Amino acid sequence: MTTLILAEHDNAHLKPSTLHTIAAAAKLGAPVAVLVAGQNCAAVAAEAAAVTGIAEVLHADNAAYANFLAENVAALVAKLAPSYAHILAPATSFGKNILPRAAGLCDCAVVSDIIAIEGTDTFVRPIYAGNAIATVKSTDKIKFITVRSTAFDAATATGGNAAVKAVDGAGDAGLSAFVGAELSKSERPELTAARIVVSGGRGVGSGENFKMVIEPLADKLGAAVGASRAAVDAGYVPNDYQVGQTGKVVAPDLYIAAGISGAIQHLAGMKGSKVIVAINKDPDAPIFAVADYGIVGDLFDVVPALTSKL
Amino acid sequence: MKILVTVKRVIDYNVKIRIKADGSGVETQNVKMSMNPFDEIAVEEAVRLKEKGIASEVVAVTFGPTQAQETLRTAMAMGVDRAIYIAVEGEIQSLGVARALKKIIDKEQPGLVIMGKQAIDNDSSQTGPILAAMLGWPQGTFASKVDIAGDKAHVTREIDGGLETVALKLPAVVTTDLRLNEPRYASLPNIMKAKKKPLETMTLAELDVDVTPTLQVLKVEPPPVRKGGIKVPDVDTLIDKLKNEAKVI
Ligand SMILES: Cc1cc2nc3c(=O)[nH]c(=O)nc-3n(C[C@H](O)[C@H](O)[C@H](O)COP(=O)(O)OP(=O)(O)OC[C@H]3O[C@@H](n4cnc5c(N)ncnc54)[C@H](O)[C@@H]3O)c2cc1C
Repeated sequence: MTTLILAEHDNAHLKPSTLHTIAAAAKLGAPVAVLVAGQNCAAVAAEAAAVTGIAEVLHADNAAYANFLAENVAALVAKLAPSYAHILAPATSFGKNILPRAAGLCDCAVVSDIIAIEGTDTFVRPIYAGNAIATVKSTDKIKFITVRSTAFDAATATGGNAAVKAVDGAGDAGLSAFVGAELSKSERPELTAARIVVSGGRGVGSGENFKMVIEPLADKLGAAVGASRAAVDAGYVPNDYQVGQTGKVVAPDLYIAAGISGAIQHLAGMKGSKVIVAINKDPDAPIFAVADYGIVGDLFDVVPALTSKL
Repeated sequence: MKILVTVKRVIDYNVKIRIKADGSGVETQNVKMSMNPFDEIAVEEAVRLKEKGIASEVVAVTFGPTQAQETLRTAMAMGVDRAIYIAVEGEIQSLGVARALKKIIDKEQPGLVIMGKQAIDNDSSQTGPILAAMLGWPQGTFASKVDIAGDKAHVTREIDGGLETVALKLPAVVTTDLRLNEPRYASLPNIMKAKKKPLETMTLAELDVDVTPTLQVLKVEPPPVRKGGIKVPDVDTLIDKLKNEAKVI
């Protein structure tokens, strides 16, 4: 039986998270179909059709799907669900909103945030902020799964030539409406896809300091900017910068943490980075226990020095 | 309007967990337990809506062993009016909880259900949307702001790209994110008062729902350990290491 993937996109382009989910789906060994639900999103359907290893693209174009309201999109997924053995989505705020609702409509659970696939019904996922790794076997009739992007390589975006088929759902469920969005605009790479991430914590002290100290280093390195929960709660940076158990999970080649103590909830989101650098004035800060290279010192001296010497 | 909030007793977020030697799970005996932090935020939001005169009554529900009733008492000390305790020996998972909650909600008829976006034990982040689907209600997940006006809830949601606001037709399910509010501490007089608030006990048999887990845990292991590295004396050494040893810049 075929595997279905709910594509994350913005009506113009596929999100990288979708390519990682496709790579995970390929490990199940069945043909892979991709559902592109949105409005005026034919370009996205074409993009999905070009990904290596896709058997079919289902394209649902409807104003009701324009803003990916869970009530409308989950109903479409649930309508298509009986033809599939596995339904996957990225474990992003998009996937974690829609997929459990689709599962609920089918009286199934979700296997959330998987990091490995051991068989068609057996999956590996972190629990307790990544302090334990569980291997679970699902007995649900349809396996609904969300995929942690950092645990799977991205599928190749080109080389495929899948057929695109139009599909239709019920459209507007009449339960919800999109009011508006305030999206962070940035010229920097996207946090979860960046090769280098520079993160600041409470030690940075203010939003001004983020701009004057953290951002110049990020820009010198072509890096994304991240933050701890404490820095977000204090209003130094917007919520979408948060790295951690309940924020974003990142695994860049280089993660630089400045003025971050290293609470387990923060480590949960960055422990998978290839190289970790910690800059902290407290020699006993827990962040040093996971850092490859640590500098004990005042971030207001160390970070600008690093920026100017690079 | 009546508000229903769900609370879960979990290992306190400050505790370093221990994995059982036989790999069957995480040790919860003799470990400090607390209310799931996202549920504290849910309770706080419901109580604030009552204080603003928008809600008339706040009811808290939990599932679990006998000690889970303590979590309901904490919720009542924070301002919840009454509680429903469903006794569960053994494991109950998100799907079973959602099925059971649906039965309770069919009877209680709340106008709003507020839940945590995830419990910090299993980190599954799914009970809210599964329940909303079963009820046929709209959902506002990862909420950082909730405004009730007439028969609608305007919910601002924390999403990967920033913030998004949706309008939901009530009744609805809302799940809380960290920035929704800062939960209060229960005062001693309120802790005393909470002891006298009504706590109703129910069994799964009375609810007549199947809560058999559909996710069988085969094993639980520690994560690969990340070895700490070295401290470098200065920025020049750091740059040298990053260029020539780690080769990441
Ligand atoms: C349910 C729940 C979920 C959570 N989810 C997350 C999450 O997803 N992500 C997350 O990050 N946290 C999360 N947390 C919060 C977490 O527990 C910590 O409180 C938080 O990570 C601390 O942030 P911080 O390291 O910036 O601040 P602090 O712990 O206050 O550390 C600040 C550090 O900066 C250092 N410092 C100060 N000034 C300087 C200076 N001038 N130069 C150098 N160093 C300096 C200090 O030595 C200290 O180590 C969560 C908590 C809960 C309860």
